[in-house]
Amino acid sequence: MLRQHARKGSTAVALILSLLITLLVAITVYLFVAKTWWFPISITAFGNEVDNQFHRTLIITGIVFALSQLALAYAIFKFRDRGQRARYVEGHSMMEVVWTLATLVMFVGLGIMAKNAWAEVHFRGAAPGAMKVEVVGQQFQWSFRYPGPDGAFGRYKTVEQAEAQRKRGDQSASPWQLDPADPVGKDDIVLGPGSEMAIPVNREVEVYLRSQDVTHSFFVRELRLKQDTVPGMTIRVHFSATEIGTYEIPCAELCGLGHYRMRTNLKVMSQPDFDKWLAEQAAANAQ
Amino acid sequence: MVTHDSGAAHHHEPPSGFIWKYIFSKDHKIIGIQYLLLALFSVFLGMALSLLMRLHLAWPALKFPFIAGGAMTGEQYLALLTMHGTIMVFMVLTTAPQSGFGNYILPIQIGAADMAFPTLNMLSFWTTFLSLVVMVAAFFVPEGSPIGGWTAYPPLSALGQIAGPGQGTGQTLWVVGLAIFCAASLMGALNFITTVIDLRTRGMSLLRMPLTVWAWFITAILGLLAFGVLLAACILLLLDRTAGTSFFIPGGLVVTDQIINHKGGSPLLWQHLFWFFGHPEVYIAILPGMGVASHLLSTFSRKPVFGYRAMVYAICGIGFLGFCVWGHHMFVSGMSPYSAFAFSVLTMSIGVPSAIKTFNWLGTLWHGKIQFTTAMLFALGFVSLFVSGGLSGLFLAQPSIDLFFHDTYFVVAHFHLIMGVAAIFGIFGALFFWFPKMFGRHLSEPLGKIHFWFSFVGVYAIFMPMHWLGMVGAPRRYAEMSSNAFLAPLMPIHRFISIAAVITIAAQFLFLFNFLWSLWKGKKADQNPWNATTLEWSIPSPPPFDNFAGEEPVVYRGPYEFSPPDIAEDFLPQHVAPQRVARGK
Repeated sequence: MLRQHARKGSTAVALILSLLITLLVAITVYLFVAKTWWFPISITAFGNEVDNQFHRTLIITGIVFALSQLALAYAIFKFRDRGQRARYVEGHSMMEVVWTLATLVMFVGLGIMAKNAWAEVHFRGAAPGAMKVEVVGQQFQWSFRYPGPDGAFGRYKTVEQAEAQRKRGDQSASPWQLDPADPVGKDDIVLGPGSEMAIPVNREVEVYLRSQDVTHSFFVRELRLKQDTVPGMTIRVHFSATEIGTYEIPCAELCGLGHYRMRTNLKVMSQPDFDKWLAEQAAANAQ
Repeated sequence: MVTHDSGAAHHHEPPSGFIWKYIFSKDHKIIGIQYLLLALFSVFLGMALSLLMRLHLAWPALKFPFIAGGAMTGEQYLALLTMHGTIMVFMVLTTAPQSGFGNYILPIQIGAADMAFPTLNMLSFWTTFLSLVVMVAAFFVPEGSPIGGWTAYPPLSALGQIAGPGQGTGQTLWVVGLAIFCAASLMGALNFITTVIDLRTRGMSLLRMPLTVWAWFITAILGLLAFGVLLAACILLLLDRTAGTSFFIPGGLVVTDQIINHKGGSPLLWQHLFWFFGHPEVYIAILPGMGVASHLLSTFSRKPVFGYRAMVYAICGIGFLGFCVWGHHMFVSGMSPYSAFAFSVLTMSIGVPSAIKTFNWLGTLWHGKIQFTTAMLFALGFVSLFVSGGLSGLFLAQPSIDLFFHDTYFVVAHFHLIMGVAAIFGIFGALFFWFPKMFGRHLSEPLGKIHFWFSFVGVYAIFMPMHWLGMVGAPRRYAEMSSNAFLAPLMPIHRFISIAAVITIAAQFLFLFNFLWSLWKGKKADQNPWNATTLEWSIPSPPPFDNFAGEEPVVYRGPYEFSPPDIAEDFLPQHVAPQRVARGK
């Protein structure tokens, strides 16, 4: 009597659990197919390649996800305790070999296919004519520097210089200010903390990422690009944006209490608009 | 008297007096329960912190009665986040599955009277307890607990108070607490490894060990290799903070207009050291759960584990590969892009042993006779969560895709599903399964099942939507979503997640009630209530002080002899001599 009761209960539990798992698969697959929430547009060739690789990965993992979860749901219902005797099977060497090789080829193959997108931005340097922009993170703002007509960044003061100036009473002296003795820096255009960044469309840009206090991260969703700015390092990344527009730059590495509000914009402009903008910044800088 | 290579000799007399019996006990069973109680306290603390975070994220203007001024500030949010992560990873996911259940069950499953070094065992628990006290003390210093996240990246974690509130005394307590925890874990790991190598009973060959023992054994090896590195990293960080060294702080830093007097260090050094520990740590949290899942799926399908040897090799493979992939946490850190590619391919290949385990779990269920005990439900839930959480790893393992997903909610979804709730489901499965052995009483099955349904639906409702937050690009560790235009439309998802979290967390009190009530009022348990096969079911529930009453049990066969042909019962325990097996259908 008691065992029969237990078995009826087991059918109900098996049914609910299999249905829940099936529902999980259905909702998940639906939301990925309907693209209810999805990436923002991509504005680089690299970004398009990343999106393609994402789709390849999504299809493979999607199939593995759906098949494994549905197999689990099926087994839960089909093999529930109905008084049968379980089949005594200790394994199957051939099956082990098959699924080991299959997953090896699938997963490692995906990893190797992903190499192209990665190599595009990281193995190859920027083209010689790329426009340079320096990006400096600090708690909780971004600053930018454009090299000016000479295409080269001037050097900053040394720590010793800045400290000596502070001893003489100039408390604003910092090793993150241009050294007036360096002629290369004369035409540098510095956009202080809280500024926005602008670049021309369809032109390769090489960004020099630095931080003056803690680690921050430069993230532009539409570029499909994120790079930490690490104190003590200058990290270079390059890209070429193909769509005019304004894109947000949120900070993506925990940097302290104002992390969530450390943000600015990247403006991608036509070349004439950009030239005009840069001239305005240069004029403001000269004052 | 049995002596062993390790010098362990176990016929010590049972201690007398409450303090030596229950507080400073050297009995692995008491110590196991102490670890579990520590984890139980910590998991409710960590969960409370996450509840506050979820409430704040969904309703930023919400006022809390215990916060001066009412609304939560950015630094308070980060303090909650840091302590939630730290407490959950170290005090729950590292202690409960390994030190808790491992301590209690492992010696019995291999037929030993105790761990190899009982005094060291006691010491490692009390050292862990001390580290919890030091860490929780960070809540009570004036500037509050640290805000640097559980990964504590320098220079944020190395500069002191100037880098933010909580980065002074709070962060120092955090580093010291963690260093103490490392020392405790090293002691535990040595003890586990020696016990498995040295104290197995007659007939308990390596390939007759239950998969739980294999998992605890490999986890202990991971712990031995990983915690030593974290201990060193913590000491270096502490020196940077207090002794003026510059291991992690480069020159030329200016923090809030002040020039920092350090030079020559590298922030990336910490990341390498931390993740050399941190990635194996993921497996320290999940491997015991895998062992438990295998054990329960076999027991309650009344079938041998499908591909036992493949399972053993897969555990070893995951353990080994776990040390070769730490760089996948650092794709955006500025590390060499060539090593990033190498780390990526190695990480993709760790999916292979994980897939082997999943297929073998399905193979174990196939043609079984599945009994839906609460323990089994949690084991089945574990498999489902492991698949869901594991597959998202294939996206994050590819550097080009990770450039987008790194530090977004996609990562939060991934690691919570696989190392968070999958591991927790493993713990629940283990508890429902072994509670009768440990306390001589059953947990309530009806209450347990209600708790399971809420938890299973709840964790999916909480963590699945985070994948889509990540796809939109929402960064993690943001105290508020209002400052970025693209985050505002995501608020409905945040509210949905928070409501799911409130319900799921409320359901955990069903479990707490079940646990406490069943300790005194639960149904009395027999010696072997599940008709299971391993050695812990050959002795009374709860077991006597020296487990096997001074006898050395003999093992005649592998651990998962369920439903063998020509046997009257559908299970054949490891300790039953061949001539005493009842034949017939």
